[in-house]
Amino acid sequence: MKSAWIRKYTGVRNRGINPQGFHVSQIKFYLLLIPLAAFMLLPVVFIFSNAFKPPDELFAFPPRFFVIHPTFKNFTDLFSKLSTSGIPVSRYLFNSIIITLVSVAASILVSSTAAFALSKKNFKLKQTLFAINTIALMFVPIAVTIPRFLVIERLNLLDTFWVHILPGLAMPVGLFLLKQFIDGIPNEVIEAAQIDGANDLHIYWRIILPMIRPALATIAILTFQAAWNNAETSTLYINNESLKSFAFYLGTLTSTATGANAVAGQGIAAAAALIMFLPNLIIFIFLQSQVMSTMSHSGLK
Amino acid sequence: MQINRSLPLTASGQAKGKSTFRQWLDKEGSAYAFLSGYALLFIIFIVVPVLAAVILSFTFFDTIQLPHFIGLQNYINLITQDDTFMRYVLPNTIQFAVIVGPGGYALAFLLAWVLAQLPKIPRTLFALVLYSPSMTSGVAMAVVWKTLFSGDQIGYLNSLLMNIGLVQEPIQWLQSPQYLMTIMIVVTLWSSMGIGFLAMLAGILEINPELYEAAALDGMSSRWQEIFYITIPSMRPQMLFGAVMAIVGTFQAGAIGVMLSGSNPTPQYAGQLIVNHIEDYGFLRYEMGYAAAVSVVLLLMVLLFARVSNRLFASED
Repeated sequence: MKSAWIRKYTGVRNRGINPQGFHVSQIKFYLLLIPLAAFMLLPVVFIFSNAFKPPDELFAFPPRFFVIHPTFKNFTDLFSKLSTSGIPVSRYLFNSIIITLVSVAASILVSSTAAFALSKKNFKLKQTLFAINTIALMFVPIAVTIPRFLVIERLNLLDTFWVHILPGLAMPVGLFLLKQFIDGIPNEVIEAAQIDGANDLHIYWRIILPMIRPALATIAILTFQAAWNNAETSTLYINNESLKSFAFYLGTLTSTATGANAVAGQGIAAAAALIMFLPNLIIFIFLQSQVMSTMSHSGLK
Repeated sequence: MQINRSLPLTASGQAKGKSTFRQWLDKEGSAYAFLSGYALLFIIFIVVPVLAAVILSFTFFDTIQLPHFIGLQNYINLITQDDTFMRYVLPNTIQFAVIVGPGGYALAFLLAWVLAQLPKIPRTLFALVLYSPSMTSGVAMAVVWKTLFSGDQIGYLNSLLMNIGLVQEPIQWLQSPQYLMTIMIVVTLWSSMGIGFLAMLAGILEINPELYEAAALDGMSSRWQEIFYITIPSMRPQMLFGAVMAIVGTFQAGAIGVMLSGSNPTPQYAGQLIVNHIEDYGFLRYEMGYAAAVSVVLLLMVLLFARVSNRLFASED
């Protein structure tokens, strides 16, 4: 006779997609995932561990993966240091924070308004414009670096704050995702609001935006990563050192770390890499839970 | 100015003049207003650069003199004269793209499917772990890879291999032509559980469970049958999206070889991909016209790959 406990973990209820709880049939998946996850996590653990290593551990032989005597020395070194051109590190960090915040807000606004029009409004060019955007999904920005440079030069955007933000805002993936999500909102909801006298702005703000939170969270993540990790804009379009981003600064650390000041460089590079990585992790954890909860409640089909 | 813009649209009802424009404005004006911000940025930073690349590809342009038209000469040179491109860049790009693209994509789908078989909390944790290498790109990861694959004896991989006696002396991983490509592929696969992976995970979870129950009643018993006859067909849009993301990600990841080896061109062109070739000619040799031609070839390659995946996953309706 089976006990209730065994029945609980071998019954049909917890088999298949999106189970409610543990089931013996899941063990094989855990056996696959746990070693793989450990492997995938290596670089991340390494970033954390290295950032807190004192110099003697950074250059120990044989190298040790985990830190033994953690210290904040790398961070204090990082923030007390001026870059080779005399800019304090906090300035780069400040630039990156502002750039990222403005980018995320602007990207959500620009993509969601356009997605609303492409999904719920009727106009002649609707299908054509969406088709163009779908083709642009395959756009590889890195391929047109040179003509982009010429355009930005013509617009007098070189060496301005805006060059960090504007080129990344038109994100075909973002518009595509949002439009697909808004398609899932029944037209009846919008018609009902129109009967109640709501105008387009009202419908967009009061009905569409609250219903597409999962997609908005996704756009926020995408824009955040693109903006926060962007070192290329600073390399290509910015000469003024005080307008460059933190990602750019980290890049200069790794390229000089192989040179003469390798010993001094590696510690601060490790600390800077952690500062670079941590916000990505935090924002993803935060938005991931939001995506999950809104997904299960929003009833989008 | 606004009336001018509307003229072609109101051509059929010219006689009514302004009132037709008014009608159009009432009917479609708000849609265009909502679109305007995105459209403007899209044109300036995507459409114009692509068109400019196409136009420049037919010219000789060294950034000092004005570009002058030379017809197909750049493309002809690319095919007939550019030894590096034919011998290293193209084969490298194809090797890299074929392994990282479909390989990373299949891996992402399988892992998404496995994750969907778990309850919510472990699923979320594993998704977070698998996604974590994709979170931060380029510069932060360069710190990690450069240390792990460092060429001296305090490099982690060297130390590990020397410890277990596989190698006698440290290997210059990132500087040796025979290892660079493999390392590039491994490193890129590491971070291939990106946004496409998340989309596919969401797609699997959104599938109506009644479909599986119905299939089970009809006698479908194996998990593989379930995947091929229910899961994939029910999430074609996400599959296609994931495929496009995999393709774009693969070509966008092209800078990795230069980043790891620290030089462009990479040692003996071992890790030279088409993206590096563009940079080499554009920003190092200032042959902008030629670089533009290579850019156009790259964009066409992406389109070609995308068309193939479109054939595979396009919705039937």
